[in-house]
Amino acid sequence: MMTPLPPPPKANPLARRKVPTLPPRARSRAAHGLTAGAAVGRFVLQRCAGCGRYLYPAREICPHCLSPSLEFRDAPGGGVCLAESRIAVSSEPYFRERAPWRSGLVQMDCGVQLVAHLPAQGIEAGARVEVRLVLDRAGQAVFFAAPAGAAGPDDLADDPAWREMSADPRHRRVLVSDVRNPVGLAMVHAFRQAGARHVFAGCRETWKPAPELDALRGAEGIEIVPLDLADERSVDDLARQIGARTDILVNTADHVRTGGVFDPLSLGRARETLEVTVLGLMRLARAFGPVMAARGADGTHGAAAWVNVLPAAALANEPGLSFHSAAHAAVLSLSHALRAELATGGVRLLNAFVGPVDAEWYQGAPPPRVAPAALAAQVVDALRRGLEEIHVGAVAQELRDRLAANPKAVERERWQ
Amino acid sequence: MSAVAPSTLGALVAGIAAGSVRVVDLTHTLTPEFPTIVMPPEIGQSAPFRMEEISRYDAKGPSWYWNNISFGEHTGTHFDAPIHWQSGRDLPNNALDTLPAGDLVAPAVVVDCAEACARDPDFLLTRDHLLRWEEQHGPVPARSWVLMRSDWYRRSGAAFANLDNEGPHTPGPDAELIRWLVTERDILGFGTETIGTDAGQAAHFSPPFPAHFHLHGAGRYGLQCLARLDELPPTGAVLLTAPLKIRNGSGSPLRVIALVEDTATRNPTDERHGDA
Repeated sequence: MMTPLPPPPKANPLARRKVPTLPPRARSRAAHGLTAGAAVGRFVLQRCAGCGRYLYPAREICPHCLSPSLEFRDAPGGGVCLAESRIAVSSEPYFRERAPWRSGLVQMDCGVQLVAHLPAQGIEAGARVEVRLVLDRAGQAVFFAAPAGAAGPDDLADDPAWREMSADPRHRRVLVSDVRNPVGLAMVHAFRQAGARHVFAGCRETWKPAPELDALRGAEGIEIVPLDLADERSVDDLARQIGARTDILVNTADHVRTGGVFDPLSLGRARETLEVTVLGLMRLARAFGPVMAARGADGTHGAAAWVNVLPAAALANEPGLSFHSAAHAAVLSLSHALRAELATGGVRLLNAFVGPVDAEWYQGAPPPRVAPAALAAQVVDALRRGLEEIHVGAVAQELRDRLAANPKAVERERWQ
Repeated sequence: MSAVAPSTLGALVAGIAAGSVRVVDLTHTLTPEFPTIVMPPEIGQSAPFRMEEISRYDAKGPSWYWNNISFGEHTGTHFDAPIHWQSGRDLPNNALDTLPAGDLVAPAVVVDCAEACARDPDFLLTRDHLLRWEEQHGPVPARSWVLMRSDWYRRSGAAFANLDNEGPHTPGPDAELIRWLVTERDILGFGTETIGTDAGQAAHFSPPFPAHFHLHGAGRYGLQCLARLDELPPTGAVLLTAPLKIRNGSGSPLRVIALVEDTATRNPTDERHGDA
C-alpha cells in the first residue's frame, strides 16, 4: 500500500538548501497538557472530574458542567474519520512547502471531535482510525490519525507526513559520540539495523587498545572516527568533516565514577566527569548543533534528532554517585536549552533516562540492570515515534513515578 | 675585549651562530592526542594536555590569539623531580621550585639501544650493557644524564603506548642498572624516549618502578618522552632541562634542548626543525 521511500539522492550542490520552516507554534498554557503527553508517547485528553467527559480543545472550565477541575488523563485513541480534506494551498509556508497535505475530522470514541493530520495516502471518510498524539516539527502536540490496526509506527515509517512527526533513522546518517562504552557500541548496531545509511562511531583515545571495536572495523556502513568530547579541537575537527552529514546525533559519552562528596578522589573525578558530560555536550552542541538546525528541512532525510543518554540519577541525586548524578543533572538542564536552539530548525531532542546498565562501572548496582542492546532498541523506537523523553527499564520508570508522587521521599530513601 | 680573550659563553654563542654547535630540540609537541601514562581507572588520573582558544583575532578578542591550556604535571616530554616518588619525599630541595638551578644544565651520554628495542619492546638495559658501553666511551661522568636511545620517538599513538592486557610494553632500565648508576656513577638523572623512565612492565620489578625508586630516592631526576636522541653523540652533548617553577611541583612538561659540538664528519642538520 505505501510507496517505499527511496534512499535520498545526492544533494545538488547548485541548489539552494531550504531554510527550515515550522508549523504554527502558538498554544495556550492549558494545551501544553497535550504536549506533556505527546513528549512521552501517551495519548491524553483533558477530562472533567465533575462530569467525567473528555474535552477538546483544552479549556479552563468544563463547557458541560462548568467544573474547573480538569485534568489530562490517558484516553482511548480510537475513532472514525468523518471527513478528509486534501489541502493544496495553505497560507502557512510550512504546509505550502509540503502540499498537498491531508487532514481529517475525527469523531473519537471517547466523545470529542478533533482535526488530525492524515497520512499522505490511505484514510478516507468513514474509516476507523487510531489517533496518536505526537509532536510536530515545531515541537507542539498535534493529532495524527493512523489506520486502525496499525501495529506501530513502523507501518507508517515511509509516509512523508508521518516522517514529519518522527525522526526515523531509516536512510539517515548517525553519529554515536562514544563507542568505547557498551551503550555506544549497542547504539551503532541498533541504528544500522534500523536502516541508518551510515553510522559514524566516535572513538576517544585511539591509542588505547579496543578489541571490542574489532567487529566494527570494515563493517559496511560503519566508520570509526576519532572523537574525544573533552578535547575542543577533536570535536571541532570531526564536525568540520561530518557535521553537515550528521542527521541524528546520539550522545553516549559518560564517565561513571562512584563516590560521595567527601570521597578523597571526588574533586578530580568530578572534574573529569564534568569535562566529558556537561562540557562535552557543550562542545558537541557548539560544533554540530548549528549545522544540524540549519539542515532540518534538507529533503526527506534532513537532520532530525539529537539524543542524550542520561542516567536516571540525573533526576534525583544518588549519594553513592554524587558528582556523576550532579553532572547529569546539569546535562539535563543544558539539554533544555539545546532543545530550544535545535527547535528553530525543527530538530528534536530526545533524553533517554536509564537506570544502571550492564557495564563495568555499574558492577556494584543490584539488578535489574538494563542491557545496552535493550536501551538502544528503545531509543530507536522513541525516534520512530518522535518522542522527547523515555525512561528505560524498571529503575528509571519507578524513579520517575516516585518523583512525581513525592520527591522528598525519593531523596530520603536514597540514604536512610 | 672578547677579541683578545673570548669568554667561554662568548665562544659558545659564536659556535651556535657559526653552526659548529648544533642546537637539537629533544621535545615532542604537546598535543591532546599524545599518549599519557595509564593508571588503573579507579585511582587518580593524570589529565592529558588540553587547549581551548580564548580568542583568535575575532569577537572574543579582536587583535590577539591565545589559549587556555591544562595538563597533568607528567604530560608530554617531561621532567620528574625527586618529590614525585615516595622514596624522595623527605629530601631537601626535592621539588620543582626548590631544586638547584645548576642541575638544569648538565652533560649527557647516550646509550644506543635502538636495535635491541626494535627486536624486543620489553628490552631491559642492564649494568653489563653499560659496562660494555664504557669500554668504548669511557666511564659515565659524574653528575651527567644517561639517556637511553630506543628510537621510540619515531612511533606514535597506539604503537607508542604499546598497550595490551598486561599493560604497556616499552623498554627501560632494569633495577640493578639504575641502582648502580646512582651509587657507583653518581649520575644526575636518567632519560628515555618512552612514557616513563621505567620500563613498561616495571610494576612487576623489585622494587616496583626501580628507576623512579632509586633515582628520586637519591635526589636524582628523570626525563621521559624525549625525541631525536639519535641526533646526539654517545658523549659530549649538554642538556638544558628547565621545568616550570611550580610550587611543590613534582614534574612538568619542558622544552629539552641539547647542545652538540659537531665534528667535521657529522651532517649539519636543520636546527629549526620541529617534531618527528
